[in-house]
Amino acid sequence: MPTDSQSPRFDIDLVKHIAFLVRLGISEEEAQVFGQQFETIIEYFNLLNEADLAGIDPAGQARHACNILREDEVQPSLSRDAFLANVPEHDGVYVKVPVVTGVE
Amino acid sequence: MINSDYEPVIGLEIHAELQTQSKMFCGCSATYAASPEPNTFICPVCTAQPGALPVVNRQAVNQGMLVGLALNCTINPHNVFARKNYFYPDLPKGYQISQYDLPLATHGELEIVTGGKSRRVRVWRVHLEEDTAKLTHQGATVQVDFNRAGVPLLEIVSEPDMHSVEEVLKYGNQIRSILRYLGVNSGDMEKGVLRFEANISVRRYGSNELNTRTEIKNLNSFRTLGRASVYEIQRQIAVLQGGGHIEQETLGWDEIRGVTTSQRSKEHAHDYRYFPEPDLPPLEIDTVWVEQIRRKLPELPAVKRDRFIQVLGLAPADASVLISEKALADYFEATVAAAKSPTHTVANWIVGDLLHLLNDRGLSVENLNLPPSHLAELVDLATDKIITQSTAKELLPELVDTGQNPRALVDKRGLNKITDERVLAEIVDQVIARNPDPVASYLNGKETVFTWLMGQVARATRGKADPLVSSRLLSEALRGMKKPENSC
Amino acid sequence: MELCDLTIHEAHDLLRARQISSTELTRSVLERIHHLDPQLRAYITLAEEQALEQAAQADVRVQTGRDITPLTGIPFSAKDSIITQGMRTTCGSRILENYIPPYQATAIQRLIAAGAVLVGKNNMDEFGMGSSCENSAFFPTRNPWDIERVPGGSSGGSATAVATSMALFALGGDTGGSIRMPASFCGIVGLKPTYGRVSRYGLVALASSFDTIGPMARDVQDTALVLSVIAGVDPRDSTTLQAPVPAYANKLKEDVRGLRLGIPKEYFVEGMESGVASAIQDAIRVYQSLGVEIREVSLPNARFGLPVYYLILFAEASANLARFDGVRFGRSDRTETGDLVDQYLRTRQNGFGAEVKRRIMLGAFTLSEGYYDAYYLKAQKGRALIRRDFEMAFTQVDALITPVCPTTAFKLGEKVDDPLAMYLSDVYVVSVNPAGVPALALPCGFANGLPVGMQLIGNFLGEDLLFQLGYAYQQNMQWHRQRPGLL
Repeated sequence: MPTDSQSPRFDIDLVKHIAFLVRLGISEEEAQVFGQQFETIIEYFNLLNEADLAGIDPAGQARHACNILREDEVQPSLSRDAFLANVPEHDGVYVKVPVVTGVE
Repeated sequence: MINSDYEPVIGLEIHAELQTQSKMFCGCSATYAASPEPNTFICPVCTAQPGALPVVNRQAVNQGMLVGLALNCTINPHNVFARKNYFYPDLPKGYQISQYDLPLATHGELEIVTGGKSRRVRVWRVHLEEDTAKLTHQGATVQVDFNRAGVPLLEIVSEPDMHSVEEVLKYGNQIRSILRYLGVNSGDMEKGVLRFEANISVRRYGSNELNTRTEIKNLNSFRTLGRASVYEIQRQIAVLQGGGHIEQETLGWDEIRGVTTSQRSKEHAHDYRYFPEPDLPPLEIDTVWVEQIRRKLPELPAVKRDRFIQVLGLAPADASVLISEKALADYFEATVAAAKSPTHTVANWIVGDLLHLLNDRGLSVENLNLPPSHLAELVDLATDKIITQSTAKELLPELVDTGQNPRALVDKRGLNKITDERVLAEIVDQVIARNPDPVASYLNGKETVFTWLMGQVARATRGKADPLVSSRLLSEALRGMKKPENSC
Repeated sequence: MELCDLTIHEAHDLLRARQISSTELTRSVLERIHHLDPQLRAYITLAEEQALEQAAQADVRVQTGRDITPLTGIPFSAKDSIITQGMRTTCGSRILENYIPPYQATAIQRLIAAGAVLVGKNNMDEFGMGSSCENSAFFPTRNPWDIERVPGGSSGGSATAVATSMALFALGGDTGGSIRMPASFCGIVGLKPTYGRVSRYGLVALASSFDTIGPMARDVQDTALVLSVIAGVDPRDSTTLQAPVPAYANKLKEDVRGLRLGIPKEYFVEGMESGVASAIQDAIRVYQSLGVEIREVSLPNARFGLPVYYLILFAEASANLARFDGVRFGRSDRTETGDLVDQYLRTRQNGFGAEVKRRIMLGAFTLSEGYYDAYYLKAQKGRALIRRDFEMAFTQVDALITPVCPTTAFKLGEKVDDPLAMYLSDVYVVSVNPAGVPALALPCGFANGLPVGMQLIGNFLGEDLLFQLGYAYQQNMQWHRQRPGLL
C-alpha cells in the first residue's frame, strides 16, 4: 500500500486530542477502547486506497443547483421568550454561560 | 523613530459588516445596532436550532462583489462556502460559515501614498462570512446576545506589502473610505462595524524573506491599530537583536498597559477543519452578473481627488478634504453646479465655513438643513457683492437653522450691500467732516488711519457699504484734500 | 381488523364517504398504541390530546367538503429527528431529552396543512447513528414480527409503528439506509427520495449532503400519496430542487411493460442469507412476467460505497453536532470549576451515547490537519466514482433491483458491540445517498418468518418510475398485506 494510506496508531494521546477537538470529555479507559475501535474501522476504510482516483474532482456538493439566493428582506423573528424557553441558563434577556477560566 | 536596520513587514486583515437589511443566511434584521433589545433579531437559523438551514443573502454577495471590484480584484466565477469549525459561546453552530479555498474575490490592489511616496498594496482576497454573537462579561458569567450573530461580514486580507505604521493606517483609512463610498459599511469604528487584525513581522533592510509573524487581533480603532503596531514592531526588533526568535502566535493588545499580550489557549493551534459547506450550493458568478455590479461602482475617492485637482483645478489639500466623504464631495459638486461663482470659491466656502459649522454642531452634510442650491445662492450673493463676505458668513448659521433661502433672508433684513456711489459719497463726506484730526493725521502721512476711516464708513452703514466702492471714494475724497504739491 | 388497519387510500375513501370519521380513526390508532406500544416501544412522545383536536378539525374540514386532500384526517407519526413545533423532539438522545422546538419542519407543516393528524414521535438510533434502533438513549424498539429482534434503524420506531398500524404512515429519515432498512425488516414500504426532493428544513442534520426525509407506509400507493404532499422546492432549504413535483398518484398505475430493470452484479456475491437471495430472485421473476426486461449491469466501484459513505458522514456529522453544547438548548452540565470548556466537555460526555461519540471523533479526525487529504478528500473523490457508476448504469436501465440487507432482522444485542459489523450490514443501501438518487424498499417475501425487502434504485428524480414498478409488483404479490402475528 502507498505510504499515505498508513493509518495512524490511535494511541491514547491521539484519541484524547481528537476528543478535545469535538469538546468531548473522555476517560483513559474510554480513550483506550475507542482507540482500538478506531483502528479497526479506519483499517477497513483504507480499502478506499484501492480506488483509482487519479484526475477525479471531488463530488462535494450535489451539483444540481447553484446560485440559490434569498432577497434582502427582513422576515419576522422568533420571539425572545420562545427562544429562551429552551435555554438552560438565562436572565430573561441574555443567554448566560460561564467564563473560560483557561486563557482565551 | 524605529530602528533603521530592520524593516517592518505588515499585512492587514479587515472585517467589515455589510449594510444589508437582513442577515447573511437568514431573514432576521441585520440592523442590530439600532435595536437596544438583546435577543430580538433572532430565528432558528441564527440561533442554530437543530434542523435549521442557511440561505444566502443576494445583496450581501452583491455588496461583496462591489468591494472586490473597487479594489481591482478578480471575482471568482466559481465560489464556495466552507465551514470553519471551533467552539465558542458566540458561535452558535459550533462552526462559522465562511469561505476557504474558493473565495469571492482575489488578486486586487490599492495604491496608497505616504510622505509623497506611492505604494501598491496587494489585496490577497475578499471573502464573505457571518458575524458572531455579542459577548459581555459580567464577573464569572458571560452574557450572550445573538442579535449580531449571522450579520454579513466581509473579510479583506492584504498581502504583507506595508512597511511602516503610517502605511498601515493610510491603507486602513482608504479602505474605510472606499467602504463608505460604496455604501456598504458606515465606517463607525465605535460601533465595531469595522475591525482590524494586523500581521506583523520584521526583517533586515534589503532582505526579501518573510520571517515569522505574529497576529494582533481585536484592534477596533485606528489609534489602537497604530499603537499596537508600533509596539509590536519594536518588541520584535528587540527580541531579534537580543539573539532570540519570534514565536508565531496570536496576540491581544492591552490598551491600558500599552503592550501586546500572548493569547496562548488551552488547546494547541486552532485546527479549523475546513470543508465545503454542504448546505449551500456553489455560487457561479458569470460576467453578466459581474458587469451588472461593476456598473454600480461610483467614482472612487482616489479618482475623484485626481479629478478635483486636475479638472476642477482645486488645491490638493482642499481636494483631499472634499473627497473624505462621498456625501461631502457630492454636496460640493451639486453646489458648484447650482452656483455661478468660481469653483474654488465654492470650495473655500465648504472647506472653511461650512465644515466649521458642521463640526461645531456635530452635524454631517447628510443631515444638514441647507440644500446645495441655498449655499450656492449665498455664495453668489457674496461674489456678486450684493452682500459682503462677512455678512454672508454671518448669515450661514441662520440659514441652516431656518431653512430659508438666502435671497429671501437678505431682502427681509435689508442686508444688501450699498453700492450706490452717491449714497456712499455722501457718507464718506460725512465721515471726513466729522473726523478732522484723523484726516489731518492721514494727510500728514499716517497712512494707517485710512483703515480706521474705512471702519467709520462701515459703521455708518452698518456694514453694508461695499468696501471697494467706499474705499475708492474715500481715497478720492482724501486725495482731493491734499495740499497742492510745491511746484518746483 | 380495526379502523387503524386501513391503508391511507382505503381510509380516505371511507372518510370521504362519511362512513368513518377522523376522530374514530385516530382513536383506533391510539388504542392500538396503548395495546402494543408498551411492548414494542415505537414511540418516544405521544400527543393524544393534540391529535384528537387535529382529528376533530379534520372532521369539520371533511364535512364542509372543501379542500379535502388524500391525507386529510389521516393519523401519522414522525421520526424524532424531525422538528415538531411545541412537541418534544429528542433525536433519541439524552442531550435533547427535554427540547421543545420553537418552529416547525417544512415537511410537517405541509402535512398539517393537508389535514393529516400528528400522533407522536418515533424512537430512533441516537441522531440517526445506527442500523438497529438499539442506539437510542432511551430504549430499543422491537421488531413486531419477532420481539427479540431489531426493527432496523435508524427509523426503527417509525417502521414498527406503521407495520402494526400504530400510525397509518410515518415520516422517516434516510441518510444511509435508515428508512429502507427498517422498512425491509418490518415488512413495509419506505422511500428514500432523491436528495433535495423533500425539504430538510427541520430535519436535525446528520450528514447534510446525504440526509433525506421520506414516507413510510403500508403500500406503494400510500407512499406516493405522502410524497406528493411533502415534496417540492422550499426557499428555506437551499438544497431543494426547483424541479416540479409530478402527479405521482396518477403515474403509479402506468404499465411497466418494456421498462428495464438492472441487476448490479457486484451486489449479488456471497454473504447474503439464502432466504434473502431467493426472495429477490422470485421478485425478479415476477417482473419478468410483467414484461420488464432484466439485464445485468455493473457498478464497478460498489465496494467503495461503505468507506465513501462513512468517511463523509463522520465529517459532516461531527460538524453538525457541534451545536449541542449546552448553551442555547438541550442538556447542560455545569461543573465545579465553573469553567465553560469543562461544561462543554461534561455536557457532551454525558449527553451523547457511545456510537455518537465514536462518529464525531472520527469525523474530526478525517477533517483534521494532516488527514484531510487521505480521508475526507479521498472519500469525496470516491463519491464522484460512485455517482458516475449510477449514471452509467442508468443509461442502460431504468431502475436497479437489489436486496436491502444481506440478512433479515438480527437479534437485539447481536451486533451492538461490534461497530464495524453494524456498518457492514448497510452494504446495499449506503451507496445510494452519496449519489443522491432515490430508492424504494418494499416487501418481497419471508425468510424464517421474517420479512425480506427488495430495493429498487432509480435515477435522479426517478421516483415516479419506482412507484410504477412498486405498484405493479404489489398488484401481483401480496407480501405487503401480511401482518405481524401479534396484531
